[in-house]
Amino acid sequence: MTTSPLTTRRPVSALKRYWPQYLAISPFYILFLIFGLFPIVFSLYISLHDWDGIGTMKWVGLAQFQYLLSDPRFWNAVSNTFIIWFMSTIPMLFFALVIAVLLHQNIRFKGFYRVAYFMPNVTSMVAMALVFGSVFSDSFGIVNSALKALSLDTVPWLTSDWGIKTTIAVMVIWRFTGYNAIIFLAGLQAISSDVYDAAKMDGAGTARIFAQVTIPMLRPVILFTVITSTIGGLSLFTEPQVLLGNTGGPNESGMTIVLYQYNQAFTQFDFGYGSSIGWALFVIAALFAAINWRLVSERTGTKKWGRTK
Amino acid sequence: MTTTQAKPLELQTPPRPSPPIDDAQARRDARALKQGRVARIVTHLAILVGVFLSIFPFYWLVVMATNTTAEIFGYPPKLIFGSHLFENVGHVLASIDLFGALGNTLFVALSCTVLVMFFDSLAAFAFAKFDFPFRRSLFAVLLATFMIPAQLSLVPNFVVMSQLGWIGSFQALIIPGAANAFGIFLLRQLASGAIPDELVEAARIDGAGFFRTYFLVAVPMLRGGLAFLGIFTFIGAWNDYVWPLIVLVDPKRQTLQVALSQLSSIYGTDYGMVMAGALISVVPLIGVFLIGSRHFIANIAAGAVKG
Repeated sequence: MTTSPLTTRRPVSALKRYWPQYLAISPFYILFLIFGLFPIVFSLYISLHDWDGIGTMKWVGLAQFQYLLSDPRFWNAVSNTFIIWFMSTIPMLFFALVIAVLLHQNIRFKGFYRVAYFMPNVTSMVAMALVFGSVFSDSFGIVNSALKALSLDTVPWLTSDWGIKTTIAVMVIWRFTGYNAIIFLAGLQAISSDVYDAAKMDGAGTARIFAQVTIPMLRPVILFTVITSTIGGLSLFTEPQVLLGNTGGPNESGMTIVLYQYNQAFTQFDFGYGSSIGWALFVIAALFAAINWRLVSERTGTKKWGRTK
Repeated sequence: MTTTQAKPLELQTPPRPSPPIDDAQARRDARALKQGRVARIVTHLAILVGVFLSIFPFYWLVVMATNTTAEIFGYPPKLIFGSHLFENVGHVLASIDLFGALGNTLFVALSCTVLVMFFDSLAAFAFAKFDFPFRRSLFAVLLATFMIPAQLSLVPNFVVMSQLGWIGSFQALIIPGAANAFGIFLLRQLASGAIPDELVEAARIDGAGFFRTYFLVAVPMLRGGLAFLGIFTFIGAWNDYVWPLIVLVDPKRQTLQVALSQLSSIYGTDYGMVMAGALISVVPLIGVFLIGSRHFIANIAAGAVKG
């Protein structure tokens, strides 16, 4: 951070001397002030009002938040979000790790495999939600057709509570397993072969090397994937909205926090309440960020953020 | 194209058991040789199961887009491509302004991409290669903005847009994200290593100003990173759904994702048609990805490992 060719030589006013640099970085900060920071502060202000977005704002103090705490629909959305996050993240990271270990071996067609595994991640989620909607369709979906062909009971994937959550979780798993596998693979490749050689010299078997060398050394990468999965899981919207509509399907079984916020603000035009839900989401996200931060700094003893080389 | 530029991780050596005798090692080697071929076949089979699951929805999308709705609804279902693609696409074109939506999406995605590439690399170059007052604190602010979930400001951002008179316009999709922390951070990491200080200094001595140096030295040397950021931004903008859904209030001026979602909610029962629309929205994206895939995947992975 100290090697820079153009350090101050004469005590000229900084702005005069460094105006090109400030000009170069200014777009980000200007845009952040207008479309990032201001809206956040403004959203707190809106959440203290009753407002439909058009008429006059009516000050209600903390009433929106009071209502939020006793709103069963909100808590249903919170619980759905966490259940779906749990149902998707654990299998997703497990399969990703297995795929990464398989791909890490010296095998052919590695380039093709990586592209194939990554493809779900770059696809439009609206289109794929429509595809999954028909694959899991109760009446004509190929999954139920397969169950029927095997003379098993069909499952009401899109009309029952657990069916809906499973379908959404499957979509998340499908989309992000390959992505996480590629990241794990990069983590595996970053472990120098000397470490494995040393462990083999010491007579450690494959399983033991995996548990005692590979996993501990992958920890920072695993934490990265857990953090991104948490952020992604908390902001789940497109899958349930396209699959089930603005109310999250029967009994709101697929209603997530962000979908509920959208529902309240942009279909019921309750901007005040929508903003409070946004802030509730922020508090939950901050809580998770704090937990993750704790895990990172305690376990590895390194600072995760602000590592500016 | 290797992906491993990560900083060496700290070694946590397990407790050392006593060294094995050579006999055991030799036996293990012999066994390993025999098992090698079987193990390789099993590995490929396991990987192919995963590849099948990854690819199947795409295959199924094409199957549905090329068959009639009656065939899709039938039991047993048709498992192979049909011949009704053009018919289905024709239905899509008769129902929504598909080419309009395609053009809008292309315009928004390309504008976002160009602006992000330009502003991010400019800022990254300044942060990486120059010292100026408050550089560190400004960069810390930039990193902190990573942690703010975008969904927090859906409502107030909508209000800001309506104050600016941007509701229903494409500026609302392009301008707010025209410079982002992710790209600046990524390119800054690349620029610190890729652009030699001597070159920047030489350009200065030759009388080149900051912007001249940026165009003549920084841009050519950041080509790889810029290509990655471009593809990444393009895919993200192409797929963006919730924000266009909120801001683009005119049903006649939509992006592809929103148009597709409308198509399905209005004509939901005509599956062949809806899937033809979905296919059209997916194909350009897959194309962009496949063109830059090696590079793209390598960069995603490198970014994650660097943390």
